[in-house]
Amino acid sequence: MTAERKTRPLEDSTESFFSRIVEDIPSESLENLVVIGIKTRGEHLGRRLVERIRDRRGAEVEFGTIDITLYRDDFKNRKNWPELGRTRIPDDVRGKNIILVDDVLYTGRTVRAAINSIMDYGRPASVKLAVLVDRGGRELPIQADYAEIMIETSDDEMVNVYLGEVDGKDEIEIISEDGV
Amino acid sequence: MAFNKKHILGLGDLSAEEIRTLLDTAESMKEISTRDVKKVPTLKGRTVVNLFFEPSTRTRSSFEIAEKRLSADVLNFTASQSSVVKGESLIDTARNFEAMGASIMVIRHGMSGAPFVLARGINASIINAGDGSHEHPSQALIDIFTIREKKGRIEGLDVLIVGDILNSRVARSNIFGLRKLGARVRIAGPATIVPEHFGRLGVEIFHSLEHALENVDVVIMLRVQRERKTLEYFPSLREYSGLYGLSREKLALAKKEVMVMHPGPINRGVELTSEIADDPKAVILEQVANGIAMRMAMIYHVAVGEEI
Repeated sequence: MTAERKTRPLEDSTESFFSRIVEDIPSESLENLVVIGIKTRGEHLGRRLVERIRDRRGAEVEFGTIDITLYRDDFKNRKNWPELGRTRIPDDVRGKNIILVDDVLYTGRTVRAAINSIMDYGRPASVKLAVLVDRGGRELPIQADYAEIMIETSDDEMVNVYLGEVDGKDEIEIISEDGV
Repeated sequence: MAFNKKHILGLGDLSAEEIRTLLDTAESMKEISTRDVKKVPTLKGRTVVNLFFEPSTRTRSSFEIAEKRLSADVLNFTASQSSVVKGESLIDTARNFEAMGASIMVIRHGMSGAPFVLARGINASIINAGDGSHEHPSQALIDIFTIREKKGRIEGLDVLIVGDILNSRVARSNIFGLRKLGARVRIAGPATIVPEHFGRLGVEIFHSLEHALENVDVVIMLRVQRERKTLEYFPSLREYSGLYGLSREKLALAKKEVMVMHPGPINRGVELTSEIADDPKAVILEQVANGIAMRMAMIYHVAVGEEI
């Protein structure tokens, strides 16, 4: 069984992803906005979004990161159990409008865990979901409010997003197993 | 992952990397205590039992809070030390809890080695919460965590442990852990409770507190354990506190930014003066607060490693 690997650069997609979100934010909710990135790639996308909001809307919005390890629903299945990261959420999320950012939306389980985690900090006014890639394959009733790249994939494919901050390049990679 | 043990029995059998992983996880766990809802669902549906064969309020409460913050179901078993002294009945007690579905057991026992007996005899993961005068890994990890938090490192620090080293499980665990992470460790106290053979653990031995304090970064004061007959090893409490009690004058011999630690409960006027206990240099209550995060990290890692 050989694996087929397709990659392409992301440049345009990330910028148009951020533009759509930045333009969509009503002025009155800028003050109440919190961007939360899901570790690890979502954190970097979230940071970039905060910069774009600063550049184009002149507002400094709060930023947080979330590590969902402790909220996973597959505790028994410990293959590739990740290292526990840090969650840093601004002091008070009560009444805030949250934009939750991640790189790839797939089963929806990570987002479910992230939402549960945010709720433990307080009751936000709203939570929107922004993902760079929506690869389909949902196992829970969760949809993104912003999704830049839509691709249909199957279970045996892997979709990886690489970002300059951690990987030295902005790239999307799809790996499919041949002969399945 | 850098931690693959089913049990945490002591720092003697953990590697430097495993200790570092526990410290890093505790940093993540500490954040949970700052939330509105101080709880994560990680161990939902799992049962943890605290088997305490020795009286302890602080350690047991700290473990219990840690378990509850991870959403585990918690059972507490407390027995007087005299009621269960044989390995056989200890294992039977544990098997009963195992039959009730407990998959992690936290045990404190007056006999050194009791947690090891359990680890061999049952399937559950075991965490040693203090066994005789052998080890007290959670307390030492808390101390090391607190030092790292304040000083930014462990390597290269000079740490002094003062008091009843001979009978102290806290001292033994701290010596193992601090040495593994590259600290230099000194021990000080009367020769009866700071015997020469401890030199083999790679520590420097002092019988004068003044000499021992010179230039240290951290001082860990041990409690005079009346229940462990520490008092039989020296003529009087007054003489002990005169020679080995920590006062502001003596502390001035250490580094300027020295931190003072104590595993609690403190005997004011015995191991340290009341003045020292309330000094900003003393981090005794921070140790207690860090205890919850550290114990959450320990429970989390044995739960993850349970079936290994």
